[in-house]
Amino acid sequence: MEKSIQYKDALKKSGLKMLNLCENQLTNAYQSFSTFDTDLAEEVMHKENRVNALDIKIEEECEQYLALYKPVARDLRFIMAIRNINSDLERIGDHAYSIARNVTIKNTPVDSKLMEILQIEKMFSAVMEMTQFVSEGFVNKNSKIARKVFKKDKIVDVINTNSYTIIAEEVTKNPKLIEDALVLFSIIHKLERVGDLIKNIAEKIIFYLDAEIIMHKKIK
Amino acid sequence: MTTTTKNRKIEKIPQENILDNASKISIKEMDIWYGAFHAIKEVSMKINPNTVTAFIGPSGCGKSTFLRLFNRMNDYIESFHFDGKIKIDGKNIYGKKTNIEELRKKVGMVFQKPNPFPKSIFENVAYGLRIQGIKDKKIIAERVENSLKQVALWEEVKNDLKKSALALSGGQQQRLCIARTLAVQPSVILMDEPTSALDPISTASIEDLIFKLKEKYTIIIVTHNMQQASRISDYTAFFYMGNLVEYNKTELIFTKPEKKQTENYISGKFG
Repeated sequence: MEKSIQYKDALKKSGLKMLNLCENQLTNAYQSFSTFDTDLAEEVMHKENRVNALDIKIEEECEQYLALYKPVARDLRFIMAIRNINSDLERIGDHAYSIARNVTIKNTPVDSKLMEILQIEKMFSAVMEMTQFVSEGFVNKNSKIARKVFKKDKIVDVINTNSYTIIAEEVTKNPKLIEDALVLFSIIHKLERVGDLIKNIAEKIIFYLDAEIIMHKKIK
Repeated sequence: MTTTTKNRKIEKIPQENILDNASKISIKEMDIWYGAFHAIKEVSMKINPNTVTAFIGPSGCGKSTFLRLFNRMNDYIESFHFDGKIKIDGKNIYGKKTNIEELRKKVGMVFQKPNPFPKSIFENVAYGLRIQGIKDKKIIAERVENSLKQVALWEEVKNDLKKSALALSGGQQQRLCIARTLAVQPSVILMDEPTSALDPISTASIEDLIFKLKEKYTIIIVTHNMQQASRISDYTAFFYMGNLVEYNKTELIFTKPEKKQTENYISGKFG
């Protein structure tokens, strides 16, 4: 029994390491974009290998835990949640990589005024708060905190939806903005996807802690 | 009765009308003592026909005692006494008019260790029939063949029916013991850790057999093997210190047990 608890703890630790790593990747990717820091962007791209390596490590640990200890009930939900969360985090890592890649491809910083109108900073802050909620919820085994994610995600969704009209208007007014607008549109879309992935993670934490499946349900 | 817990439907086992005649077995407020030791504490339960019900719990929790209640095997223990009601097919099995031999014909039992008689394979299966007074050789031969076919042993032994049953492997011996039980045409089969002395291959064949047999019989199995309980049973009852802690559909017991004690036991955190 002692051994299985150690195994589970090690897995939890690996999960947290992955969460922190992806959170840092996202923060650095966004910072590299907002400050047009190509060195930082390259660092993010370089660290993508670590995300992939940890992804594989966690997958192997899950396989071993399942094979050796055949968990049931909460332990089974834990392992199912960890596997799904790991996969979602890996995809968040991919999005961070893509954001950083945009910085290295583009020659000049994007138009700061357009960034402001699109509320990208607000969107990013909301996404980061969401990662905090899932992180706290997971560490403290508190599904209430994880549930806060859903409300926050609405902010992300609204900014994403509004971006279509704003970009259309701004580009009509000033066609020179087209290149920046396309980049920003792509960043917004990525952040929106990250928001969805964090929402998925929150759902898995709730499943693990409360045995409640809330996927594909509308949460008010 | 179906209730909804959050978003998952949980089919509760109705506890009202516990002694109704629709259940195969119904037990109401059963207490069992061995002398002053209170082995089973006010347990009520209904068991549906053609299902496999697993009794799980740590050693000494009372699950085997409870199982042996169903064919009055506890009667042999001097200090045994009980209070409560138990009906099989609507009939009180501890009633004054109960014929114990008839009861045991109806409620067969398979034990932990295969216990074939030191007789031929054929005679082992025919034993119960001869005890019942059946003399027609044709009927006996048919029943023996049919029983051995049900336990998937016929093809392996049909040319060696006169061979000693003791020469069979452990897994074959256990299947033979099940065939011996089936020969007298019971409707309930009690199994007390039937695979604990067997290797994984023999265990798998007994488990397959149990799955097949539930079409015709009601099976109650005591097991210490959690995976086995989850693999083969429809319902699982968790006993702890003489109490029935939780009794529900197996898929719910092993995914979302209602009681923390059940969760800890099935996860191997105690017991």
